[in-house]
Amino acid sequence: MTNVLVIGAGPAGLAAASAARRRGASVTLLDSSDLLGGQFWRHLPQSRPAARERQLHHGWSTFTGLRDALIADAGCLIIRLAQVWAIEPSASGAAAVHVVVGLPDGAHRDTMTFTPDAIVLATGAHDRTLPFPGWDLPGVFTGGAAQALAKGERIAVGRRVVVAGAGPFLLPVAASLAGVGAKVLGVFEAGRATALLRGWLPRPWQLILAGGKARELAGYAAGQLRHRIPYRPGRAVIAAHGTDRVESVTVAALRDDWSPIPGTERTIAVDAVCVSHGFTPRLELAIAAGCELTADRFVRVDDNQLSTVRGVYAAGEITGIGGVDLALAEGQLAGHAAAGGQFSEAQVRLAVRRRAVFRGFAARIEAAHGIRGGWRGWLTDDTIVCRCEEVGYGSLCRSTVGTGSQSLRTLKLATRAGLGICQGRICGRSVEELLAAFAPHGVLTDGTISDRRPIAAPLRLGELASLAQPTDHPLHQLHPRKDRS
Amino acid sequence: MAPGLLPWRTDPIGPAEPTPLTITLDGVPVSGLVGQSLAGVILASGSVGFRRTSHDGRPRGVFCGIGVCYDCLVEVNGLRDVRACQRRAEGGDVVVTQHDPPPNLAEPQS
Repeated sequence: MTNVLVIGAGPAGLAAASAARRRGASVTLLDSSDLLGGQFWRHLPQSRPAARERQLHHGWSTFTGLRDALIADAGCLIIRLAQVWAIEPSASGAAAVHVVVGLPDGAHRDTMTFTPDAIVLATGAHDRTLPFPGWDLPGVFTGGAAQALAKGERIAVGRRVVVAGAGPFLLPVAASLAGVGAKVLGVFEAGRATALLRGWLPRPWQLILAGGKARELAGYAAGQLRHRIPYRPGRAVIAAHGTDRVESVTVAALRDDWSPIPGTERTIAVDAVCVSHGFTPRLELAIAAGCELTADRFVRVDDNQLSTVRGVYAAGEITGIGGVDLALAEGQLAGHAAAGGQFSEAQVRLAVRRRAVFRGFAARIEAAHGIRGGWRGWLTDDTIVCRCEEVGYGSLCRSTVGTGSQSLRTLKLATRAGLGICQGRICGRSVEELLAAFAPHGVLTDGTISDRRPIAAPLRLGELASLAQPTDHPLHQLHPRKDRS
Repeated sequence: MAPGLLPWRTDPIGPAEPTPLTITLDGVPVSGLVGQSLAGVILASGSVGFRRTSHDGRPRGVFCGIGVCYDCLVEVNGLRDVRACQRRAEGGDVVVTQHDPPPNLAEPQS
């Protein structure tokens, strides 16, 4: 029997696990959380049941259907609180997947290594938040944080809140905040009305085909009206103010390139601000496995969701930011193919069609909400760019000019930007963009990217030491080894 | 004004009555609910900037909320560097806020 290892139990991973089981594979499903569903279906734990939790979610019955069937299925081993920290490709085919299992950031977690026949990577994405003055103040959150705390804990991150950034995700963030009692003072979308129309207006029949998606967006729009939340395109939060926490924000009108228009600033008193400018795919495991990326930095896949590495499939946001429906379709196709199937087979015909429909959304989102270079216009000399290492924009520029290097690796070492504990997850792509502006033709020359993280999650030295067995090569002697059956 | 928990009695999704728990934050008792993350308990208590940065000693707290940014690190029951947003609170957890000054490179340790 084929052994399929699925990494990530969000929409794509759940769909992959389910499809691989239907095709007859034995499945192991890993997730770093103790709950399935990923960020999209982030929900209350079993210790806090709620009769009408489905009101907070889109596709809730799809989720519970997938989850409950997999839990009941003896052929699917679900390991929660499982953090994959490395993937070692192997010339012979089967990559080794190294995992620690236990309380998040715990001290003595169990170590496991898997060598499955096929891997489905469904690691998802996290918010990308561009730096702005004051974004390091407490009370400044990503949209994802507001969502997670509202849906997973019923907490409002503030009482008077502004939501800002770019993309359709701002709408569910505002809805979630309003749903836990926050007053949402406005949603400020950086994309101007012209860009939004350019992204969303063409080929309206495609939106009709994508019925569920259109309904999801329409539902958020109705919620905006019900809660009287103003939606302002072409505007951005360009600064947050406060001493020990955020007390107000400055909102300004933007040009098409997202540079702020002087004279349009106004200040709004807030106790929280939630800012997201899109999503960054979580690529470290795909890169560690040797998967090739596309020019726009997603995992390159074929019609079977197969990456450029034999036996390694990818689905969901790591192949392109497309939302839950695309993730479900891709996940199903990836799981099916990982278990030995083909996308051309009849039982996945619907998934192939849905994948084609929803892929169009990624292009629309990019056209309407994609990051434009003028955001650098709201940075000041002392704006923190790298939060972990507390590197300011001015210092970054001076170090870059001082070294004269055009290599990302060298510049990271010189400026320390992106070298902190988050390993550049938050600032990496923004730092790359800022550094590239100094390079001739705007391109860094060493070909490295900030998504490469050979150790995909921090381990404690004690845990690393405990891996060392009496052997030459500790990485190959982890315990307990999960054998193929 | 501060972050806050929606009272369960008025929550439209109809939650069952939650079970309370208590942790200590820097020695002060803080109440929360079983199932909450440490970040949730700390935030709902009104504390938003509970870590100090290494270089500038600036306050930080929850930023990404999903385990990516490592800004919400706390010490839990003697173990440092735990992401508060990723760890569920247990009654009796002893949580201590962190400030990690950078190592003093001028005086190498013996």
